[in-house]
Amino acid sequence: MDTKEAFDKVVAIIGPFAKNADALKTATRETKILADLGVNSARLVDIILAFEDEFNIAIDDDTADKISTLGDAVDQIVALTK
Amino acid sequence: MGTRQRVVITGMGVVAPNGHGLDDFETALRTGRSGIRFQQHLADLKFGCQVGGIPQITEEIKHAYFSDELLLAMNSSMIYASIAAVDCWKDAGLSVPGSGDDEVDWDTGAIIGTGIGGADTLGDWVVPKVNSGNVRRIGSTSVEQTMSSSVSARVGGLLALGGQVTTNSSACTTGTEAVIMAYRAIRDGQSKRMLAGGAEGHSHYIWAGFDAMRVLGRHSNDRPDRASRPLSASTSGFIPGSGAGILMLESLESALSRGAKIYAEVVGGHVNSGGQRGKGSMTAPNPVGVRRCITAALLDAGIEGSSIDAVNGHLTGTMADPLEIENWRAALNVAPDRIPLVNATKGMIGHALGAAGGIECVASVLQVSRGFIHGSVNCEDLHPDLEAFTTRLVRETVEYPVKILAKASFGFGDVNGCVLFQHY
Repeated sequence: MDTKEAFDKVVAIIGPFAKNADALKTATRETKILADLGVNSARLVDIILAFEDEFNIAIDDDTADKISTLGDAVDQIVALTK
Repeated sequence: MGTRQRVVITGMGVVAPNGHGLDDFETALRTGRSGIRFQQHLADLKFGCQVGGIPQITEEIKHAYFSDELLLAMNSSMIYASIAAVDCWKDAGLSVPGSGDDEVDWDTGAIIGTGIGGADTLGDWVVPKVNSGNVRRIGSTSVEQTMSSSVSARVGGLLALGGQVTTNSSACTTGTEAVIMAYRAIRDGQSKRMLAGGAEGHSHYIWAGFDAMRVLGRHSNDRPDRASRPLSASTSGFIPGSGAGILMLESLESALSRGAKIYAEVVGGHVNSGGQRGKGSMTAPNPVGVRRCITAALLDAGIEGSSIDAVNGHLTGTMADPLEIENWRAALNVAPDRIPLVNATKGMIGHALGAAGGIECVASVLQVSRGFIHGSVNCEDLHPDLEAFTTRLVRETVEYPVKILAKASFGFGDVNGCVLFQHY
């Protein structure tokens, strides 16, 4: 799994949850999932489940807690798929 | 405050098995269009009753109303409630706020009831995941879709409501009870505007319990449009329905001050129980309670029974229908051939349970506002106990200038609700 492919998939998964569609279009590794994309914090658990399904990985709670930006998500996913 | 406010209806929204939106629904009522269809999944699951009323809400319609994010957390009862509420809101001349807009409408609340609630959410994925040890994979949206207040809570967020936002639940009386509760809140000066009504999803998990009780009609699976037969001698039980009906109740003062259109005035209402005594039980009404409910509504409005010129009955298509008609006659204290004109809406839409009162209050107010009484379908073979009432049971749609219509709903638990709508 390269980081570009992971990044595109992460953006696609988060898309339906993002209230700020404009921020999603210009998203970078530094984009914050909650503050910048307007994702409801309660929905983070649904996004984590969607990552698990898409990448066939298990993300424990400690790992999930480290995900704040899109880059954080990509890094954790890439590490778990190695 | 302190003085009794007059209460009027300034908006309505309806998602019914036979129509979505006021004009479509009115056409359906006037022409006797059925919303009852064969349901293959009920046949596959070996239900006795394999027909039901499900609104024709496509994915395209859902996406025209709601974002992807919202739809991820909305089951069928929430979708029906929310579409009807948004339609009602716009019909009342109000603009739907954006999700990023922080302004709250502190003057408007909502009482939107449901009979059973998010059984589809529970049955489709919460229970299977819990039972297989996958609690973690339930995700974040199960609570908001299964809490009893799911239908009012979603609407409150969509419309930024700042008044009381709650869900009532009293089985098949629910929707009518909500309208009466909202009427009281405005009449007593506690609220300026209230969305009120009921919603019910179309889950087979809800319908299964009624099928097991053998109270659903099971003899017309090959003729869905003929299956729901209130007032008929050949009915074999009620047909399950679903959807939502929401009305905007508003103080007359508020409505006039903002130049809102007015459909009708709510002049009285009452809610009670029969105590499950006498002939009443968990599943059957005590006639004394029903009659007291109707007479108390009349007293609340300060009118005589003879002033009522139309009744939209509860009339589900069970053997209780003749008993209901006799209760109306006794409560209004008139001879059988002098009872108001009576009709039954459920022949077209089935029994939408917690949504029934909401959808049928919309049907009632449309008739008062637009001057007609819709025909009751599928009762060409009137029940023999109703022979003395024949001329008063409306079977073909008639143009009629309704002055005061009484709408009643009755439910399991021996609960009753009766509301009076007057032409404005």
